[in-house]
Amino acid sequence: MNYADLFRATLPETALEIAALLVIVADLGFLRRAALKARVTVAALLGVAGCGAALWAMQFQGGCWFRLTDPAGPALLGSGGIIAVAQAGILVLTALTLLLLIDANFTRHVGEYVAVVLMAAVGGLLIAGAQDLLVIFIGLELLSLGLYILTAFAKRSGKSAEAAMKYYLFGGMAAAFLLFGFSYFYGLSGSTNLAEIQRAIAATGPSPLFYVAWILVVTGLGFKIAAVPFHLWAPDTYEGAPAPAAAFIASVSKVASFALLVSLSMGWLMPGSAAAASKDAVEGYLRGVYQTWPQLATILLVVAAASMVVGNLAALAQVSVRRLLAYSAIAHAGYMLLGIGVHSTFSGQGSALQFFAGAVNPAIRSSNAVLYYVLTYGLTTIGAFGVVAVVERATGSDRMDSFLGLHKRNPLLAAVLLVLFLSLAGIPPLVGFWAKFNLFAAVLGVSAGPVPFTLVALAVAFSAVSLYYYLQVLKRAYVMPAVDETPIKAHPVTMAVLLAIAAAVVLLGCFPALLGNWIDGLSPLR
Amino acid sequence: MSGFPILTLLTVLPLVGAAIALWSGKHARNVALVTTLASLALALVVWTWLPADGSMGMVERAAWAPSLGIEYHLGVDGLGALMLVLAAIVTLMSVDAAHRVHHQPGLYFGLVLLLESGLFGSFTALNFFHWFLFWELSLIPAFFLIRLWGGARRGPAATQFFVYTMAGSVALLVCFLAVFLSTGSMDFGHLTQMASTGALDRAVTAHLGPVTLWLAIGVLAGFAVKVPMVPFHTWLPAAYAEAPSPVTMLLTGAMSKMGVYGLLRIAIPLFGHQIAQIRTPLLVLAAVTVVMGAWAAAAQTDMKRIFAYSSVNHLGYCLLGIFAIAVPAGGAAVFASQAAALNGVILQMFNHGITAAALFWFVAMLQERTGGHRGIDDFGGLRKPAPVLAGLMGIALFSSLGLPGLNGFVGEFLIFRGVFPLAWVAATVSILGLLVTAAVILTVIQKVFTGPVAEHCVNFPDLHHGERLALAPIIGLMLLIGLLPQLIVGAVNPTVVNLLAHWRF
Amino acid sequence: MLAWTIYLSFAGALMLALLPKGKNGLARWLALAVAVGGLALAVQGFVAGMGQGRTVLVDLPWVPTMGVHFLLAADGISRVLVLLTGLAAVAGVLFSWNIELRTNEFFAFFLALIGGVYGVFLSFDLFLLFVFYEVAIVPKYFLISIWGSTRREYAAMKLALYSFVGSAMVLIGLLAAYATSGSHSTSLIALGHAGFPVSFQMWCFPLVFTGFAILAGMWPFHTWAPTGHVAAPTAASMLLAGVVMKLGAYGCLRVGIALFPHGLDPWGFSFIGVGSWRDVFAILAVVGIVYGALVALVQTDFKFVIGYSSVSHMGFVLLGLMALNQIGVTGAVLQMFSHGILAGLLFAIVGRIVYERTHTRQLAELETMHLSRRLPFAAWAFVIAGMASMGLPGFSGFVAELQVLVGAWMVKPWWTVGAGIGIVVGVAYTWRALQKAFFSDAPASAHALESEHGHEFAAITWPEVTGVTLLAGVSLFVGLYPRILLDTIEPAVKALLAGGGQ
Repeated sequence: MNYADLFRATLPETALEIAALLVIVADLGFLRRAALKARVTVAALLGVAGCGAALWAMQFQGGCWFRLTDPAGPALLGSGGIIAVAQAGILVLTALTLLLLIDANFTRHVGEYVAVVLMAAVGGLLIAGAQDLLVIFIGLELLSLGLYILTAFAKRSGKSAEAAMKYYLFGGMAAAFLLFGFSYFYGLSGSTNLAEIQRAIAATGPSPLFYVAWILVVTGLGFKIAAVPFHLWAPDTYEGAPAPAAAFIASVSKVASFALLVSLSMGWLMPGSAAAASKDAVEGYLRGVYQTWPQLATILLVVAAASMVVGNLAALAQVSVRRLLAYSAIAHAGYMLLGIGVHSTFSGQGSALQFFAGAVNPAIRSSNAVLYYVLTYGLTTIGAFGVVAVVERATGSDRMDSFLGLHKRNPLLAAVLLVLFLSLAGIPPLVGFWAKFNLFAAVLGVSAGPVPFTLVALAVAFSAVSLYYYLQVLKRAYVMPAVDETPIKAHPVTMAVLLAIAAAVVLLGCFPALLGNWIDGLSPLR
Repeated sequence: MSGFPILTLLTVLPLVGAAIALWSGKHARNVALVTTLASLALALVVWTWLPADGSMGMVERAAWAPSLGIEYHLGVDGLGALMLVLAAIVTLMSVDAAHRVHHQPGLYFGLVLLLESGLFGSFTALNFFHWFLFWELSLIPAFFLIRLWGGARRGPAATQFFVYTMAGSVALLVCFLAVFLSTGSMDFGHLTQMASTGALDRAVTAHLGPVTLWLAIGVLAGFAVKVPMVPFHTWLPAAYAEAPSPVTMLLTGAMSKMGVYGLLRIAIPLFGHQIAQIRTPLLVLAAVTVVMGAWAAAAQTDMKRIFAYSSVNHLGYCLLGIFAIAVPAGGAAVFASQAAALNGVILQMFNHGITAAALFWFVAMLQERTGGHRGIDDFGGLRKPAPVLAGLMGIALFSSLGLPGLNGFVGEFLIFRGVFPLAWVAATVSILGLLVTAAVILTVIQKVFTGPVAEHCVNFPDLHHGERLALAPIIGLMLLIGLLPQLIVGAVNPTVVNLLAHWRF
Repeated sequence: MLAWTIYLSFAGALMLALLPKGKNGLARWLALAVAVGGLALAVQGFVAGMGQGRTVLVDLPWVPTMGVHFLLAADGISRVLVLLTGLAAVAGVLFSWNIELRTNEFFAFFLALIGGVYGVFLSFDLFLLFVFYEVAIVPKYFLISIWGSTRREYAAMKLALYSFVGSAMVLIGLLAAYATSGSHSTSLIALGHAGFPVSFQMWCFPLVFTGFAILAGMWPFHTWAPTGHVAAPTAASMLLAGVVMKLGAYGCLRVGIALFPHGLDPWGFSFIGVGSWRDVFAILAVVGIVYGALVALVQTDFKFVIGYSSVSHMGFVLLGLMALNQIGVTGAVLQMFSHGILAGLLFAIVGRIVYERTHTRQLAELETMHLSRRLPFAAWAFVIAGMASMGLPGFSGFVAELQVLVGAWMVKPWWTVGAGIGIVVGVAYTWRALQKAFFSDAPASAHALESEHGHEFAAITWPEVTGVTLLAGVSLFVGLYPRILLDTIEPAVKALLAGGGQ
C-alpha cells in the first residue's frame, strides 16, 4: 500500500475536491452579500480553474497505478493510457458545463451547485480509473448522487423535482442490481479486482451464475448510459433538469460510464493489453473466448440494437427539443455500445487475426473509437443544451416551435445550432460524421462477420432516420416563418462558449486526426 | 477551283442571311431576296464547275467524330448540283411571292432561309450524320412556317406533317444505325461500294442476322413519307393547302425532291439488290401513286388541293422510273432504258419543281386579287380581264400536263421511254395517270380562264410589271428546257452513267 | 488549379453567409464572380488536360491511421463534368438574378452546393468523395425548403432523406470494402487494384450502385426527383436536375463499376431473362426511360413535364453505363453533360422566364395565353431546348443518345428497342408541352384577356438572355463538334474499363 502512489493516482480528483471546497468557502464565506451575477461568476470561474488545475496535475501522474500490494498486486486505481483520455475528457466537459452556468437563473445556491458538480466529476474520474469493483461502485454512487441533486436543483420547477425523483428511484434500483451483480462476481472469483476476476473466470470457464451476474451488471450500467430497456428515466430527466445540469448528465456521466464499459470489456473479455500478452496467447485466448462465451456479446449487442431502434423512432415523434435530445442520446448510446459489444465477437479467423500479425489491435482500435465518439458527442451535446437554454430563457419553452425564425432573431445562435445538429446527424465535414465513420470502421475491423455487419448496416440506416428529426428543428430555425421576431440576446460568455464548441466541431470534423492522434498516442494501437 | 470550299459557303450563306433577316423586321424580305439571289449565283457556279465525267466534284472532307464514323464530307455530282440549282430557284421564287407577310416578317424569312440551308446541306452531304442533320433541320422551319402563318386549319395540318415526317426520320435513323453497327461506316460512297460487291449485305447479315431486306424497307418508308408515296401521302393535301402559298411552293418545289434525292443517293445505291427483290410491289405502289394522285386531283375544287394531288401524281412518275430501273444487270438495251429512265427522273425532279412552284405562285396571286378565293368554281373567264396572267399560267399548266415543247413533257417522256421496256404493265397503268391529269388541267383552264366572266372577276387586275419581270424568267426556263433539254441532260447524263455503273441490283 | 474550383466556391459561400443583410446587389455580383471564376478554372483545367490522362491535383494525408488521404485528381470524365458544373453554376446565378428574399443566404447555399459537387467530381479518395457527396445534401434541403414553391417543405425533406438513405447504403458498402480490402488506404486507385473476392462484389456492387442510383433517379427510387425539381426554385432545379443527379451517375461509374466490376458478371442462373446485376439495372434503366416519358406525357403542370423528362434522360445514362463497352459508357458520360445543360435550360425557361411572368405552370392555363406572341423569346428558346432534348441532330443530345443506343444494342438489342420507344415518346411529350404552352390557338380565357389588356409581360432581362444563350450555345456547339468532349472522354473511359479504379 504505497500512499505516494495513491496520491499520484488521484491527483486530478484531489485538485477537484480542493476546488469544490474552495468554491463553498468563497461563496458562503465571502460573497454572501454579493449580487447573484458576481457569485455565479466567481463560482463558475473557480470551478473552471479547478478543472484546469486537475488537467495540469494529470501530467504528474506518470501512468501510475495504485496497487494493494507492491509491485504486481491487484490494482485499485489506474491512470495514464486510455484512462487519461477519459479523465481529460471529463474535466474539459465539466469546465464547459460550468461556463454555461454564467447566465443561469434557476437557483440562488450557486456555490453548492458548483461544488456538487465538481464532486460528481470526481466520481466520474474515479469510475474511469477504477480497477476494483468496490471502487467502481464508490465512484458510481458519488457521480449518481451528485446527478440526482443537480437534477433537483431548480427548486421553483415542479418538473425538476419530478425528474429528480424518477431519476433517483430508477438509479437506486439500478445501483442495487449492479451491486448484486458485483457480489456474484465476487462469489465466482473470490476477489473484487477486475484482473483477478478475469483470471479466475478464464481458468474455470463460464457458468450460469456468471451469465446472471453479467446480465445484472449490464442492467446497472445500462441504466447509467440510458440504453434500452433501461432508458425510461432519460426523457424526463433531460426535460426537467436545469439546462447546465442536463448538459452535465448528457456528457460527463456518459463519458465516465463508457470509459468503465471499455475497461470492463477489455479487461474481462480480453487480455489486459495486447502489449502484455504474446501473440499466441492472445490468439488462443481469443479462440477460447469465442468458442465458449459468445453470449456475453449477445446481450450487449441486443441492447445496442434496441437502443438504436427505439431511440431514433421515439425521437421522430417528439415536440419538445429536450426530449428529442434525450431520445437521440439513447440512440447514440446504442451506436457506442456497438463498439463495445463487438469486442467479444471475434470470429477467430479472418480480419481480426490478420491484424495481430504485428498490426493494429482491433479491440483497442474500437475502444479508442468509442472514446472518440463519446468525447465528441459530449462536446456537441453540451453545445446543444446551451442553445436550448438560451432559447428557453427567451421564449419560455423548449418546444420546437420556440425555435421558429431563429435565424432572424439571433443568426449566430442559429448557425451554432445548425452545426451542432448536423454533427449529431452525422453530416460531414463535421466531427459527428467522422466519429460515426471511425466507430463503424473500427467495428468492422474487429470482426467483419454477418452479425456485426448487419448491426453496422442498422446503425447507418437509423442515422439516416435521425436526419429527419434533426432537420425538423433546423427547419423551424431557418425555413419556417417566424411568429415573433424580437431578437434573442445571449450572454457574451455563453455565446463565446457555444461558438468555441461549434468551431471545435467543425475543426475536428475537417481534421479528425487532431483528436484521433492524441487518443491513439495515449492508447497505442499496437 | 479545287480546294475552295464552295459547298460549305453555299450551305452557310443562307444561315447568315437567316440571322440577319431575323433582326431586320420590315426589311427582312429584301435581305432574303439578296441572299437567295446570291445563293442562286453560287449554285450556278457549282453547276458550271461540275466535272465532265459525272463523278463527285468539289469534294470537301474533314474529320468530325471519327470514333462514330462521322465525317464532314461534302460533294456534288450532276444530280446534286441540279438539285442545288432547283432549291435556289424555288426559294427565290418563294421569297418573291411572299410580299405580303405582315406578321413577324423577320421570323418568316429567317425560317425560309433556314429551310434553304437545310436543303443545300442535304443535297451536298455525303455522310449520313451530316445528311440527317440537315434533313431534320429542314423539318423545323417547315413546321413553323405552316403553323404560324398558315390557313384556318393549320394546327392539325402542321402536326400531321410533323408526325409523319418525324416517323419517317425515325425509320431512317434506326436503319442507318443498323448499317453503322454492321459496317462501322456512315459514308455514302464507301457504303455504295460495299453494296455493289455484296459486302454490305454480308456485313449486315453477319452482325444482325438476315435483316437487310427490312432495313431496305425501313429506308424506303422513310423516304416514301417525304416524296410522298401512297399510302404515306395523307399528310400532304392538308399541309399544302393550309400552308401559305409561298411555303407550299417550297414544300412542293424543293422539299419533296429531298425524298426522291434520298432514294437516288441512299436507298438505291445501298439497297439496290433488296429493292430489286421487292420491285413488283414497289412498282404497284408507284403506279397507284400516279393514278390515285391524278384521280384525287380530279375530285378537288380547291386549286391548291388540285395541284397538291397533282404533285403526288407527278412525283409518282419519278418513283415509277426509280423502281423500274431496279433490274439486274442486263445488256446494252437494258442499260439504255435504265439511263433514259434515270435521266427522266432527274429531269422530272427539276421540271416539276419549277412548274409546281410556279403554279402555286399563280394560285397565290389569284387568292390575293380576289380576297382569298382559290376554288376553280370561284373564277371564270379570266382570260378577258387578265390576259397576261392567263397566258403565263396557261403555259405553266400545260407544262404540268406534259405538253411537248414545254419542260414537263421531256421528263415524263424519258421516264416512259425507260420504263416501258423494263416494266410495261406499270407503265401502261400509269398512262391512265397522264390521261386523267390532262383532263384535270384542262378542266382548270376551262373553268378559270374560259367561259363567261364571273361578276367579281370583271375588275380583275392583270399582272403588273414587277410580277411579269419575276415570272418571265421562270416561264422562259420552262420553254427553254422544253425545247432544249440537252442543256440539262447533257450535264446530267455522265452522272447517270456513273451512278448506274456503281449500282448493283 | 482545378482544385481551386472547390476552394473558391466554399470561400464564396462563406463570404456570402457573412454579408450583412440588405446588400442584395453585392451578393448577386459576388456570386456571379465566384461562379464565373469557377467556370474559368474549369475551362482552363479542361483545356490544359486535353490529351493527358489522370493527373493528381492534391495529395495530402488526412487521417493516417485509416489511410485516408485528401486526394484530388482529374481524368477526362472528371474534367468534362467539372466543366458542366461550371456552366450550370454560372447559368444558375444568372437565372436567380431577381431573388429578393434572403439573397445572400440563397447564394451562400448555392455556392456551397456547387463546391460540394466540384468536390465529388474531383475526389479520388473514396472517403473524401463520400464526404463531399454528403456535404451537398444540406444546401439542397435549405434551397428548396426556403425558396421553393409547390409543397416545398415536403419535397425538400423527401429529397434530403432519399439522398441520405442512398448515401447510407453507399457508406455501408464503403465500410465493407474498406474492411475487406486489407489495404490501408481509401484511395480509389488503391482500392481499384485491391481485387475484392467475387462473392463480396456480388452483393457490394448492387448495394453501392443502388445507393448512388437513387440520387441518379433510377426507377423505382426516382419519386423524389419530380417532386423535388418542381418544388425547388429555378436555379436549384437547374442544379438538381442538371448536376446533382449526375453525382449519382458519376458515383455509379467511378465507385460502383470501377471498384466492383465483377459484381456485373453473370450469376450463373437466369430468371425470366435476367442473369446478372447488369441485366437488372439495365432493365430498370429502360423502364425508367419509358416510364418517365409516358408519365411526362400526361402531366398538367409544365414543370412536372420537365421533371419527369429528367428521369427519362437519366435512364439513358444508366443504360449506357450498363452497356459496359467503350461506346456505351462514353455515350453515358456525354449524355450526363448534354442533359445537364439541357435540363438547366428547360427549367430556366419554364421556371424563370415563363412562371415568373405568368404565375402559372398549368398547361391548361398557359394554353390560353398565346405565349408565342407575348413571350417570343421564351417560345423560341423552348423550341430550341425542346428540339435538343428530343435528340435532334445538331445538338448534344443526339450524339450522346446515339452512342448509348449503339452501345446497348451491342449487348442486348431489346434494350435499344425499349430506349427507342422512350425517344419516340420523348418527342411526343416535348411536342405536347410545346404546343400547349406556347403555340396553342385556344381562345383566350377571361383571365388571360384581362392580363393581356392589363399589363404586358415584363421584358426579358439581360441575365435571362445571357443564360439561355450560354446554355443553348454550348449544346449546339457540342452537338456540331462533339469531338471537343469526346476526345477527352474516350481515353478516360477506356482506361476505366480496362483497369479497375484507374
